[in-house]
Amino acid sequence: MSRSVWGPEATGSRGRVGDKSQWWSKTLDGWNSFCHFPSAMESETPREELPASPQGRWKRRHLLGLRELEKEEILGLLDAADEVTRYLDSGRELLSLQGLTVVNLFIEPSTRTRVSFELAAKRLGASVLEIDQESSSIRKGETLKDTARNLEAMGADFLVLRHSAAGAAHFLADRVRSSVINAGDGAHEHPTQGLLDLLTIRRRLGKIEGVRVAIVGDILHSRVARSDIWGLRKLGAEIALVGPRTLLPEVFERFGARLSWELDPILPWAQVVILLRLQHERQKEGMFPSLGEYVSLYGLSDSRLRRCPPEVLLMHPGPIERGVEIESELADGPSSVILNQVASGVAVRMAVFAQLARFHRRNGEAR
Amino acid sequence: MSGFYRLAGGRIVDPSCGRDEIGDLFVAAGRIADPASLPQESWERIDASGCIVAPGLIDLHVHLREPGDPQKETIASGTRAAAAGGFTAVVAMPNTRPPADQPNTIGWIRERAKEQGAVRVYPTGCLSEGRKGEKLAPLGSLRAAGVVAFTDDGGCIQDAGLMRRVMEYAAMLGLPILEHCEETSVSGGGTMHEGYWSTVLGLRGWPSLAEELIVSRDILLAELTGARLHCQHLSTAGSVRLVREAKRRGVAVSAEVTPHHLALTDGALVDYDTNFKMNPPLGSEADREALLEGIADGTIDLIASDHAPHCSFEKEVEFDRAPFGVVGLETMLAVSADALVKTKILDWPALIQRLSTVPARILGLPGGTLTAGAPADLVVIDPNLEWIVDPQAFLSRGRNSPFAGWELRGRAILTMVEGKIVWRL
Repeated sequence: MSRSVWGPEATGSRGRVGDKSQWWSKTLDGWNSFCHFPSAMESETPREELPASPQGRWKRRHLLGLRELEKEEILGLLDAADEVTRYLDSGRELLSLQGLTVVNLFIEPSTRTRVSFELAAKRLGASVLEIDQESSSIRKGETLKDTARNLEAMGADFLVLRHSAAGAAHFLADRVRSSVINAGDGAHEHPTQGLLDLLTIRRRLGKIEGVRVAIVGDILHSRVARSDIWGLRKLGAEIALVGPRTLLPEVFERFGARLSWELDPILPWAQVVILLRLQHERQKEGMFPSLGEYVSLYGLSDSRLRRCPPEVLLMHPGPIERGVEIESELADGPSSVILNQVASGVAVRMAVFAQLARFHRRNGEAR
Repeated sequence: MSGFYRLAGGRIVDPSCGRDEIGDLFVAAGRIADPASLPQESWERIDASGCIVAPGLIDLHVHLREPGDPQKETIASGTRAAAAGGFTAVVAMPNTRPPADQPNTIGWIRERAKEQGAVRVYPTGCLSEGRKGEKLAPLGSLRAAGVVAFTDDGGCIQDAGLMRRVMEYAAMLGLPILEHCEETSVSGGGTMHEGYWSTVLGLRGWPSLAEELIVSRDILLAELTGARLHCQHLSTAGSVRLVREAKRRGVAVSAEVTPHHLALTDGALVDYDTNFKMNPPLGSEADREALLEGIADGTIDLIASDHAPHCSFEKEVEFDRAPFGVVGLETMLAVSADALVKTKILDWPALIQRLSTVPARILGLPGGTLTAGAPADLVVIDPNLEWIVDPQAFLSRGRNSPFAGWELRGRAILTMVEGKIVWRL
């Protein structure tokens, strides 16, 4: 595919998203220099890659979850994300994925994550192909395995998978030679969301070790909560999980977190409050009696915010339902770092791509 | 001379009469023979030295998939797999297509088994029409057609009122009920045991309570109606406790456990391998220990495979979408030995009792004995033979084994049904 196809499109995407974020707008100046993609004839042009992480070599083909990562690997990815940002801020270009193809295979709908991966891949010079449930043959009964192997046969180097079934990314990783990046699988994990949450906290508080984080809502069904828990625990944060007992079973104590079925006692303790999206289907399943009652018990209101330390950070993986998890004004207020999370997301995903590409280039030919 | 065998120099183990000695076992014209009554030169000698000669194994829980799903398994392939596993008889579950809830379906299965079966096949009939749990199946006609028990296996009658009527009817007819214990309002949508690992993996949990509610309900109903209740594939510590208490009270209840529930726990699902997805799901280590204890103290009477073959393409999908079930006929003996003999919970004679004599007794089937005059349904087991499980080499059409690659010890090297050799390694 000709690179000129990607140029204008990438510029357009950047413009739309970029306006909303501080970090993003800082990088705008640097952007122009790498809107001009090298042509195929110039493929020998030296490209810049991230220097090897000080935490050591990245040694995985796939990113499936944070549970299986070592602390050093997580720190390596966060450092790489900071490095990516420094590169972009200084106007340099990063073409770690030049000549590589990324397929975004989103079997479950998503806007934010899909666009974030797309931007990250394009900024690194990849060809990006978008496939959603509507456009894939999965609707026609093709299995996930066949879909993925067909995409691989067409030259996909990275498969970014969003799927409603837990374990779908593991399933693919066992069956393809491409690098699989889990972009959320059922209630299992959403590792890049976990990383971007860690990065957001580290950027704002300067550290993660010892930071007190409350995660509030439907913990049981949340892949974000799981990735956050694994990442935060490995990096030494303290975690309190808050939600109704039906959505926060006691087994979560074994994840190394304290549990609370009440929100108010936790708030004065928390330096960070991560609010999770509540899916309305859970009410039909009998997991809570009514939305109104849920909001009164667990919704973050202005009066509840006043119980928090003044410098508290409010986070949410999105999409926000204003008036449910969080009062509308708070989502836009000074405590909210929700848009910083979005910005961190692109940097984190670029870092993940760059690290996996490094592995790919080292080991890819031998695959 | 064909049909006259002398199984020479083996360890003859016959739990039906407590026999355990080195010696020769004679087979003549399809029956266990007393050599004193027959001329000596006519025997074909089969060396059994170093091996155990035992009554053929009997599996009370097998899905042969016919009629309806010959791509998964057939009566021919399933019974060959059974023979290779050391079984001389299998009890076929009725969750076929159509379900075995009509006498003509039972007739078809029996006919087919007679033509194509390598081992004896005993059909079961449904408890409810279409296994829907709504209306009594024609239990009397099914008995007349030759079923050995009633079961809705794979499903479970949720309506306690209907279950009471079913039990009354079965008690009147004198046939046992094989119960798949699952309260679906509790298990609904679950794909693995509810606990630490389901929470880590983000798979919907299946609480132990789902099994225990039905075990306790059915124990009460069996007590009320006098029906003979056999609880299939027990999988939780609570179920073992309930059955133990009921037996102590004198309720006519028996129970089985599968080799995979004795050997594996829910942690095995860490890579989302669908060959560990079965119904009921693998429990915790505490459950597994309770099941071993239940076998040791006799609360659990026997081991049954719940052999449930599926096509590879059906299993090679996202975990949520894969069907429940694993194959077991060709690994049951060795996995049971691994879980029970190697650990000294049972010795070989006690294990053979749980795999042969007890299952025969529970359903009143022929077999489970080597006494002279009995049909020559027997197995020669090499207890020291080491082998590696390779599903591609199975005679079953199903490759969905959770034991692929396991190094096991002990294997049937010869199986004989009514004096005919149906398997020889």
